[in-house]
Amino acid sequence: MSSATHKVLGTRPIRHDGVDKVTGRAVYAADVDLPGLLHGKILRSPHAHARIRSIDTSRAERLDGVRAVVTGRDLPDPGDRTAFLGELGQVPLKYMSFNVLAGSKALYHGHAVAAVAATTPEIAEEALALIDVDYEVLPPVIDVVRAWKGEAALVHEDLYTDEMGSKSAAPSNVASHQRFEKGDIDAGFRAAEVVLEREYRCATVHQGYIEPHASTAQWNADGQLTIWTSTQGAFPARTSVHQILDVPISRVKVIPTEIGGGFGGKIPVYCEPVAALLARKARRPVKVVMNRADVFTGTGPTSGSWVKLRMGATRDGRITAAEATLVYEAGGFPGSIVACGGICIFAPYDIPNTRIDMYDVVVNKPKTAAYRAPGAPNAEFATETLVDELSEQLKIDPLEMRLRNAAREGTLQSHGVPHPKIGYAETVEAALRSEHYRSELSGPNRGRGVASGYWLNVGLTSSAVARVNADGTVSLVEGSTDIGGTRTSVAMQLAEVLEIAAEDVLPTVGDTESVGFTEVTGGSRVTFATGWAAYEAGQALRRQLAEQAAKLWKVPAETVEYSGAVVSARGDASKRMTLRELAAALNKKGIEVAARVTVTPKGVGGAFATHIADVEVDPETGKVTVLRYTAVQDAGRAIHPSYVEGQMQGGVAQGIGWALNEEYVYDDDGRMLNASFLDYRMPTSLDLPMIETIIVEVPNPGHPFGVRGVGEVPIVPPPAALSNALYRAVGVRLRELPMSPPKVTAAIQSH
Amino acid sequence: MSARVHIHMTINGEPRELLCDPRQTLLDVLRNELRMTGTKEGCSNGNCGACSVILDGSLVNSCLVFGVEADGRSVETIEGVERPEGLDPVQRAFLEHAALQCGVCTPGFIMAARALLQRNPHPTEQEIRHWCAGNLCRCTGYDKIVRAVSDAARRMETAK
Repeated sequence: MSSATHKVLGTRPIRHDGVDKVTGRAVYAADVDLPGLLHGKILRSPHAHARIRSIDTSRAERLDGVRAVVTGRDLPDPGDRTAFLGELGQVPLKYMSFNVLAGSKALYHGHAVAAVAATTPEIAEEALALIDVDYEVLPPVIDVVRAWKGEAALVHEDLYTDEMGSKSAAPSNVASHQRFEKGDIDAGFRAAEVVLEREYRCATVHQGYIEPHASTAQWNADGQLTIWTSTQGAFPARTSVHQILDVPISRVKVIPTEIGGGFGGKIPVYCEPVAALLARKARRPVKVVMNRADVFTGTGPTSGSWVKLRMGATRDGRITAAEATLVYEAGGFPGSIVACGGICIFAPYDIPNTRIDMYDVVVNKPKTAAYRAPGAPNAEFATETLVDELSEQLKIDPLEMRLRNAAREGTLQSHGVPHPKIGYAETVEAALRSEHYRSELSGPNRGRGVASGYWLNVGLTSSAVARVNADGTVSLVEGSTDIGGTRTSVAMQLAEVLEIAAEDVLPTVGDTESVGFTEVTGGSRVTFATGWAAYEAGQALRRQLAEQAAKLWKVPAETVEYSGAVVSARGDASKRMTLRELAAALNKKGIEVAARVTVTPKGVGGAFATHIADVEVDPETGKVTVLRYTAVQDAGRAIHPSYVEGQMQGGVAQGIGWALNEEYVYDDDGRMLNASFLDYRMPTSLDLPMIETIIVEVPNPGHPFGVRGVGEVPIVPPPAALSNALYRAVGVRLRELPMSPPKVTAAIQSH
Repeated sequence: MSARVHIHMTINGEPRELLCDPRQTLLDVLRNELRMTGTKEGCSNGNCGACSVILDGSLVNSCLVFGVEADGRSVETIEGVERPEGLDPVQRAFLEHAALQCGVCTPGFIMAARALLQRNPHPTEQEIRHWCAGNLCRCTGYDKIVRAVSDAARRMETAK
């Protein structure tokens, strides 16, 4: 189907859940209320690293209004079992369980150690202060490089390095070391005429969704558990609760509420098992709502990192070799997304010889979670600034340099997988042609930078149920929780297949009993995979509608066709009904037309972006002002262009925040000092310009409509684009994020 | 625990009376006592603006006002924005410009935008950005929100 024939795709209908969200009627997790509801609060460790000698909850239990107190001892023993965590793969269950409530050790400032349910939130808060925890404080491990080099205390006494498949002799903070190797790295560097080697650091940053985590749990006397929660996946949340609490999966029903942002941070469970434990003990429903400090210290963040990068190129700008060492913080438990960084770091380029070493390192910080293109910004910040330096030394335009080395269909990636059809070069060409890049930028302390980015995108399993209503509209239940308008982008694909208006599809997000298994809303997969499920459901409905019309007309099914939302029998002009007429007739006869689909599509198309940033630097204060910003991205096929633009703009804003201001600040004892939105400085409307978008469409041949995920890649280029712009503005290269005012002024002064 | 206090408020034009705990914020009163959950809580310390309401004509963070301080005063919340004839121009502009993604900051932004347009019916882009700097959005990068507020101003002008 060529895009010219699409009637619904590429249009901009009002999102189906829009009215609920502009009137305040949409129900988010903290809005849930039940008769007899109790309020849960979580006690968190004030220490970054401490052995828990004992916990005495008796004073808290005696407080009037307290109905239950739980600690890590209330969790079933996770033993050596493993759990599947979507993008993050298989992880030992104990790491999930003891992140929810600490076991024998508190592993970060903010680690949950106990929880209380009481008749009011205020009483629960008071009760927390009455829980006596006896801690043996241990030395905190905060610096990832020191932890990697073995110059720090052990976070886990029983953790051994998985050293490319073999187990280390002694316990270590390095949970794993993996390597990707391609070509002959030494020969590649020998062929280079210019070789540069640099080191890069990224601070720990948080996803920063505006809605704090919240979950409500209720048990029935028959052992049935129902959980209402803000999650990026009702089914994975159900699986996690089933595993952590050792309750049969069929006994857990998860009802996803509206979700106030996630960006990867609402993939793991935090409040869900705690609310369930409290509710079981109190024999009453319990709601646990985090406050902002809980969110910063107890959830997320994404890995801080240290990356060493070496690249070589010939005089004519051909990159011959690239070698990287990636050291990522896992947080208090193993399992960072360093491998995604390794997959992405050189993906935009056709480099014949590469070697990438990836280390997952535990430190006393919150257990890291995915954050929009997890692992990619840290890695590609390094590549994209080093490519900029190379192009400067070789006197080649930085976009031209990228074009000369651009990966294309068939290019072998560092991890041994060839690229399918991709649109990277097209994003660079569009940036070169853009009015922004061709415009003049003048004035003191101003500079322009460019950078590209790649994110792999994922497929995984998605489900949808579609049912024709009596008036010819179609109800669609889909399994993906909707963070940014995907209900509409999925519904539009069903509408396209049925040749009806987007408004005539009525989408809802299903709970775990109303639709088939669906993986997390993550990996930029929903419009791709859940959209595919809707596409298949639409095809099934077309077939069923034609068959049912044939039965009504008593003609052979193969003579009936569905076209333009009309069924008609070939060779008999009297046998013609609109979808609306047919739906009414079938409804009268009690015939249901419905389709249930579960798909696990393989044809994932990776996402590429190229960004242009103009900045002005105040050399006195170090403040960096973004004057103009353009994001170019290959969307494959932009289903709802406004929401594609929205993803691009939102990703850019987060990338700018990561680049310029955001960071976890720790004291010497490993306590986070800035666990509020005042001190953890995310971009406000005053910090950003309008964000221009250029959507490129190189259809993904692996999807019926050519869709590529669009959500994550736009966060990747901004840190390097801004660093490169800052260099052009004031002549200093910053290789450490955030490029906050003190670092910028220090760099200018020492220049 | 201190005794509950009897307070009167006018909320979205309707007189209401209730008992509230002296330590409850106006946000707690709206959400937990009156079950008006359209006003959202993002940070509980005045940094994110998700709980924005209009108190006696002024835009406030309802998490920074005690419930008892609202005694005898008039409160406008997101629940009172829609008119019998349909959505308010600000609400409509947010929908048409796709100025929301997750939607949790949206009620606060709509209240902030209404307060701005009551004071300044023709705001520039910079004035909108300045006024809305107390409301955090993590999804949109603000571009479409700024466009929606500008467009709402134009619509309200033509509707006059």
